[in-house]
Parts: sequence; C-alpha cells; structure tokens
Amino acid sequence: MKPAPFDYHAPTTLAEALALLDEYGFDAKLLAGGQSLVPTMNFRLALPEILIDINHIADLAFVRNEDDGLHIGALTRHAELERSELVAEKAPLLAEAMPNVAHSQIRNRGTIGGSLAHADPAAELPAIMIALEARFRIQSQSDDRWIAASDFFVDLFTTELEAEEILTEIVIPPLPARTGCAFLELARRHGDFALVGAATRVTLDNLGACSEARIVLLSVGNTSVRAVLAEQSLQGKALTGQNIRDAALIASDQDIEPPADMHATEKYRRQLTKVLAERTLTKALERATSAP
Amino acid sequence: MATRYFGEPIKRNEDPRLLKGEALFVDDVHLPEMLHAAFLRSDYAHARLKGIDVSAALEHEGVVAVYTADDLGDYWQPGPLLVPPPPVERLTFHQRTQVPLAKDKLRHVGEPIAVVVATSRYIAEDALQDIELDVEPLTPVVGLESALESDAALVHDGLDSNLAAHVIQEKGDYAAIRAKAEVLIKRQFVYDHGAAAAMENRGVVADWDSKAQQLKIWDTTQAPIPIRNGLAAMLGLSESQVQVIAPFLGGGFGPKIMMFYPEEVVVPWIAKQLGRPVKWIEDRQENFFATTHERSQIHDSEIALSKDGRILGVSDTFLHDTGAYAPYGLTVPINSQCTLLGPYDVPHYYSEFKAVFTNTVIVTPYRGAGRQHGVFVMERLLDIAAKELAIDRVEIRKRNYLKPDQFPHNHEIIYQDFAPLIYDSGNYLPALERAAEMIDYDNFIKTEQPQLMKQGKCVGLGIVSYVEGTGIGPYEGARVKVDASGKINVATGVGTQGQGHFTSFAQIVAEQLGVDIEHIRVVTGDTSEFGWGCGTFASRGAVVAGNAIHAAAVRVRKKVLKHASEHLEAAEEDLVLEGGKAFVKDVPTKSVSLGELAQMSNPLRGAVKPGSEPGLEATDYFGPERGATASGVHAMIVEIDPETMMLEIKKYIVVHDCGKVINPMILEGQIQGGVAQGIGNAFYEELVYDDDGQLTNASFMDYLIPTANDVPTVESDHVETPSPLNPLGVKGAGEAGAIPVGPLFAQAIEDALSGFNLEILKIPVSPGKLFELLQESGDGAQ
Repeated sequence: MKPAPFDYHAPTTLAEALALLDEYGFDAKLLAGGQSLVPTMNFRLALPEILIDINHIADLAFVRNEDDGLHIGALTRHAELERSELVAEKAPLLAEAMPNVAHSQIRNRGTIGGSLAHADPAAELPAIMIALEARFRIQSQSDDRWIAASDFFVDLFTTELEAEEILTEIVIPPLPARTGCAFLELARRHGDFALVGAATRVTLDNLGACSEARIVLLSVGNTSVRAVLAEQSLQGKALTGQNIRDAALIASDQDIEPPADMHATEKYRRQLTKVLAERTLTKALERATSAP
Repeated sequence: MATRYFGEPIKRNEDPRLLKGEALFVDDVHLPEMLHAAFLRSDYAHARLKGIDVSAALEHEGVVAVYTADDLGDYWQPGPLLVPPPPVERLTFHQRTQVPLAKDKLRHVGEPIAVVVATSRYIAEDALQDIELDVEPLTPVVGLESALESDAALVHDGLDSNLAAHVIQEKGDYAAIRAKAEVLIKRQFVYDHGAAAAMENRGVVADWDSKAQQLKIWDTTQAPIPIRNGLAAMLGLSESQVQVIAPFLGGGFGPKIMMFYPEEVVVPWIAKQLGRPVKWIEDRQENFFATTHERSQIHDSEIALSKDGRILGVSDTFLHDTGAYAPYGLTVPINSQCTLLGPYDVPHYYSEFKAVFTNTVIVTPYRGAGRQHGVFVMERLLDIAAKELAIDRVEIRKRNYLKPDQFPHNHEIIYQDFAPLIYDSGNYLPALERAAEMIDYDNFIKTEQPQLMKQGKCVGLGIVSYVEGTGIGPYEGARVKVDASGKINVATGVGTQGQGHFTSFAQIVAEQLGVDIEHIRVVTGDTSEFGWGCGTFASRGAVVAGNAIHAAAVRVRKKVLKHASEHLEAAEEDLVLEGGKAFVKDVPTKSVSLGELAQMSNPLRGAVKPGSEPGLEATDYFGPERGATASGVHAMIVEIDPETMMLEIKKYIVVHDCGKVINPMILEGQIQGGVAQGIGNAFYEELVYDDDGQLTNASFMDYLIPTANDVPTVESDHVETPSPLNPLGVKGAGEAGAIPVGPLFAQAIEDALSGFNLEILKIPVSPGKLFELLQESGDGAQ
C-alpha cells in the first residue's frame, strides 16, 4: 500500500497551480484534502505522474456572505463548514448534512471542492449543491466560467471539469421565502457512505401548496439523482401526508435505478429511498411552514 | 490487614507509556542499514504456477535481492502442524500446512510467491510490479458444500477430495433417545466469523549479528518462545543464539499465534543471508489476505426434548471451512463441537463434523475460536424450542442448567487440549437471575414492551448463556526477583497483546510481597528474559502464567520472610510485608526494606551459609491438569425501525463468572472489547468471497468494523465461582465478551419483530438481510 513514484509540486498561488495544470494536463492530479486520492494512490488504482498540492494556496479557503449568496472557497475543510455559524444561518441544509460527511478525522482534512470534483455518487455534498441550486466557479489559465451544480456532475466520478481546470469557488444562493429543507441518510455505521440519502427542499406558495419541490438522492445511481417525477407530482399540490407518501413511492419506484452491492440490494435501496423521501419531505414541509 | 492488591481495580501500569507513544511496537524498530521486504502475493485463488521471472524486478535501483521458493533450497519446508489432532477414536485428518513461498501451485488469493528486498518499502513495492508470472488458472474451490462434491477441483492434488478432517464424537445414545422424544426440533444454521482485524497488523524485523553469531527478531507474535525454538531449529542455530522479542502488540486475538507465518520464516532467513537487518510490516490490505481468518460453518442440528422443555439430547453435523491449509489442526471445529453443550445438562449428544479445504485464506482461532458457532446452534435451538413449547426463554434455560452439585461435570468427549471435556466448576443460575434483574426482564416483557409495541415501536430483548473453556495447559513459567533497589522484576514467557498483563501480573506479585505495583516491572515476550513457555491464547494468560507467577512470588515471599526474620529477630508469622518493607506486626519501626534484604542476600565479601542461594529470586511453573470453565449471560434490548430495519442497542448487560477476579477494571475492559468484536461479528463484519475465490471487501470501507459510535457501554457484574484447579481460583476471561453475541442478536431481533414471521438462522445479520428475510417471509417491511 505504497503509491507509485510521482513528481510533487506545491504552488502557493492559484496562478502557479493553473500554470502547472496547463503544462501537465491529464498527467497531473490535484491534491486537496487527499481523503479519496491518497488511498487510491496507495492501492495503486490511481497512478498520477504529477501531484499538484494546492493546500498552500491560502486564498482558496473562505466562507463569506455576499448579496448573491454564500460564497465558499473550494479548499475550505469540511470541519470548517460543519462549525461555521454563517453556513448554519445561510445554508442550513448544508449544515445539517455536514456531520454525515465521513468521520471527524476525514472532515478535518477533506475539502468541499475536493469532494465535489471527485463526484462520488454516495457523497453528500453533490446532492446538497443540486438541492440548493449552487453554482461553481471553474478556472483555468485561459478561462474563468461558472456552471450550475445540476450541470456539473456527468457520471460516476466524472464532472464537467477539464484536465487543466480547477474548481475554485461555490456560491449557494439565498433560499426563496417559505422554503424548508431537510437532509437524512442511512448508513451501516455513522460516517460510512450512505446506503441511501436524501436532500430535500420545498417552497410553499401563498396558499400553502407546494410551488416547488426538489428531492435529490444519493447512493442510488451513477451521480446524485433528482427524483424528477416525484417532484412534479407535488407541484401545485397541498403537501398532505397522502401526497407526500405518493411522491415518495414515485421516487423509489420510478425515479431511480439503484445499484445492488454487498450492503444493500436494489429492492432495499428502493425501500430506504421511499422512507427517506417521505421523512425529508415531511420535515422540509414543517420547516417551510414556519419559515419567513 | 496488609494492603490488598489482588482483586483491586488498579489503573494499568502500562498505560502512560502507551498513551504517550513511548511503547515499543515492532514497526518502531529502526536499525542502521535496515532493508525492507515486500511480498508478491497471488491474485489467483487457485492456479498452477509454471514459472517466475524476477529479472526486471532485480534491475530496480535500490533492490538488493529477490527470492522465490527455489532460492530457499532445503530451507523451503511446509510449516509444522501446530496442533496435532486430539486422541478421538473416530477421526480422519489430512495434514496439509502452509509453505514459505508458493511452489508449483497457488492455493489462495494472498499466498506469498516471491519477496523483494530493497532499501525502502516503496522501492520494494515498485519492483513487485515487474515480477512476471507464468500461471495457469484452475477452478477455484469456494463453497463448503460444493467443495465436497465428487467432481470438485482439488485444493491439494495428492488427496482424493477436499476433506481435511472428519471427526465423530458421541455421548450416550442420541438415536435411542430421539425415538422416545416428545419434541424434535431440526434446523440448518450458518455461522460466519470474520477477520480479527487487530489495530496493529503483523510485522517482523530480523537482525543477524555475524560477529556475535546472534539472531535477534522482533515479531508481532503471541508466542515468542515457540517461534524462537522453531526458527533456531530451521536455521540450524542453537536456541541460545536466537532471541525473539514480542514487544507491545496492538491486539492479537488469535491470528498472531498462527505458526509459522511465511513472513516469519522468510524474513529471518533473508537477514541471515544478506547480513543486514530486514523489516517487513504487513499493510492493511495484506492483512485481509495474509493473516488468518475464522469463517463459516454450516450446521444441521436437531434437539430432542420432553414436553416440559428438558433437553434429552442434541445431534449436530457440520461442515467447517479450514481454508487452503490446516496448520492449526482441529482446534476451531473441536471448540465448536465441545462448546455447543454450553451450561446445559445434555445426556445424549451426537456430533460429527467435516473440515473442508477451500481456496481461501487459512482459518485459525480468532477470539472465541469456534465457540461462537457452537453456542449459536444451542442457544437458537433452545429459543425455537421455547417458542414451540410456549415456555419462557429464561425458564427453559433454568430447567436445563447443570446444577451446582453436578460439578465436576464430565461431558464424555475430548476437548481441544486433548483432555476429556470436564467442567471443573460452575454455578449458572445466579448469573442468569442477576442478568434478568439488571435488564429488568419481567417488567420489560410484561409492561414496557407491550406499551412500546402499542406505540408502533419494535423493541426486543435477548438473553443467552454460554460457557467458555479457558486456561488450558500445557504450562507457563515465571521468575520473580527482588532487586537491590527494592524494585521487583517479573519475567514470564507468554506474549502480551494488550490485556493488561503488566498490571494484573504485578498485582499477583504485589499481593505476596507487599510492594506497590508501580515498583514491579513485568517483562513478557522476550526469550532472553524467560525461555520456557507456550504463549498467550485460549484465555489462559491469567490462569496459567498468573498461577506460575503466583507460585514464584510465594517462594520469594518465603525467602523474604526467612531473611527478615533472621535480621529483625522476630518470628516469621509476626512479620508483615507492606510498602516495600518487612516489619514486625504492631511495631512498624522495627523494619527492613526488601531492597536491603536483597543486598544482604547477595554479599560481595564475607561468608554465606553453605548451600544458600544468592538473592531473593525464584522461578516456578504452573500446568493445570485441564482447563477452567468460565461462564456467563449476556442480555440486550434493541429497537428496530420497522421501515428501514436499522437497529439500535438500548441496553447491554453482561454477568460473567471467571472465578476470582484479579483486577475488575481490566476485566471490564476485556468484556467491553469482546462485546465490541461480538457485535461486529453478529451485525457488521463479513468476509465476502465471490465464486472466483476473490475476497470482495478487503478494506475497512466495506469490511465493517463497529466503531465507538456503534458499540454501547456494557453494564457488567460478576459471579465468582473459583476454579478448584489452580491456587488463585481464576478462570480466563479473554473471549467471554465475544462468544454469545450472535444468538443474542438473533433472539432480540426476533423478539423486536415478533409481529412478523421471522426466524434468524444465519449470522451475521444486517438491516439489508433482515429486509430480505421479511420479503421472503411475505410480511415485508411496512
């Protein structure tokens, strides 16, 4: 369990890092928290020739509130987000999910940008970002662009990032009025990748009916999966217990093709999806009702 | 009354060093010019090995040598049979033991084929990738039942089948009593145990000093003395030329007493060959393939009862997976066979097993060592019987317990120590009653559970019994010595794996010599300090080494009293040993320190009485005629989410009887740790092999060890039924926490889901498996 030989660079500015990426492209890997990359290198599943350690780029780690939303630097550690009062206030769904992101030792090192760029379908943060309609800033030596979270994730461990690009910043827009969110996941042990998880957000209209619902599921496909049919089924409807149960059933039966593995069969994942969709919708509704 | 040490919850002597990172583990050994070894391991479960080309690997800068089986010459020998089969009449055994490096054939994924020695482990691993193998894959032998089919591929070409052993043991006449039974219950049970997954993986450092002609080996072994003796013989050295040190171990749990692991044989040979120190440290991935497991048994079992729930007899026929080789003989399945009887009066017993070779990692004892499998069968049979006969599950156990006047109790079969299975002592009812009281059994069943069930909650209780054969022979020894400084040195041959020996052994000595335990230095596992003994296994440290230490300490006490009596001019019976001094009772000023007595007994000038021995020192040994039987009861309350099958443990009780308790705090730690491993076995851990013989979950991401979040605080209490077979009256406690957790989970889950038609016949269980069971039973999760 020792990695194959590689060259190591430790730039201290974003410009230097982008220049290195421009030079080495596919041969290089970025090292942020290293919580997924280093184990895969030790198993020799990842064999990068060049490792660009971005941990010394101080201005990539920040959390600040601006008019257009909560801005988070890609190098911000999970532990920082978990403890941030600003995150708790402006993005309570993110705050609610953070304790579920692996174990505290991993949260001390792991970064938000690293987790999003890694695009593990069992990870919490991609689902949270889609549920919150976050936008990602992506920079290269020649380009500086923004992309919506829902367009960023392409497939298993695959994103829109090109080899010479770095995800540098995340913006989470403010929640609309009368909106509530909820996150729940089920794992064999606390801190494991979830068997299934659900990040849910509902917005109510003036009459108390559902004007918009987002149900984003993790560990049920190659990426985080939006339960589109279930969301549509709630559009314009009162969120009664029956309607919520019906939507949960649609989510589990029609919106997903969950994988089977040694920890959960496909059927069991569908059952857990149904339960979590129902429970997060119920909780999100409660929160939306009391929201300003 | 002098200060008491024995039986007191004294804080562990070794903890400050461990907590500050000052304790020596094998990987802490750094020597000048040291080289690092990495092993090439088989990716195939079963294959013909036709050729190896190491030339490219040798070209790596920093690679010093690469060895294959052929390079070992005559040193290449299959390992010794560690435990020969016991003297059972109806027994067949085919001896096949592991080899240092594979030759001709690969028999499990992870079997070592070649070893690279380089200036760093990184370079050694780089070079491994350049070794070319010519391999012809063969059909892997994986399933236990299919392995015995007539057309199965053969793990060992020289045998006619994959049968490793076939054993029948019998007591009374089960067939005859079966014909008269009012109730017969028959089920198939599958019990799977897992990887010990000690926090510290294995490791060996070997250093050959050619000028001194001395080989020094640091080894993560539970048995340093047998390792020294074996290696000396293999390498053609005298035992006095070989020193084996087993320093602090980060857990052993049994797999660290498999002998000899290929790396244990190969690394010292390389060190001698190259004249440079060599280190090999197993990594976590290797540990899943290179360190032994415990795994599956499939039992076809039947219990015969009277209508009032009395056991008339039990019949049990099982298959046991021994893996690719069986160096540990039959210890695990014999333990299953013998421990199945539990604390119960079983007049007729028929037990038959077949051990089966498969293309998987070798099976040797892991904490519990097969006892779990047997206990699961018996406890489940009783649970099912209780349901069928509408008898309360506590009551059916009470009705069948051996009574205090039935001890010693002869079960008329042979145990793992080759001696008849005779329980030395026991008193089972008080532990059951105490556990029922602590878990509030009556109130829970009659009031609390029905109320919670009405609210839609699924809560259930489990309560199970077990015995544990502990403290088997053959023997251990110890030397106790008073230094001129007044400090006491204790040396014993057993290794230590984190059990608190540095404290509990010190307490045994302190009790005799009246010296605080911080002044007692215990050395274990260094062959140059003490050269006779077997090792730490089978819950025998406290019983066998503990009593040897006690015997040596008693002899030193006699010497101290004799010298002090002469010096203080007082009768021995008037002397008190306390605070490192001997003094005359009620006249504390009339005293002499143990250090002064040690000096006086070792004069540099003048004359001594002819025939007197210098110093205050004694060596003694202890070997019990057979093991001491410990016992206990575990009880647990769980709540299950009926929609997700997620389970939460609400309360966990252990009432345990290991005879006299040396240190209740250390004992509690043993039990808590054992329960954690038991919970892992019952509900989290499973080694999942696919049909190709690949272990599909060989990392901690998928092999789920319960963490502190998943393990409840165990509330424990003790019943003391001293063993009559040793002077301290102690019994072993090392495995007790881990043994009955499988049936406990099964019973508690069935109780919590009593609304469904559910029978749990397999361990491990998991939320996903519960969901499937409910689907199969047609009830489905709500």
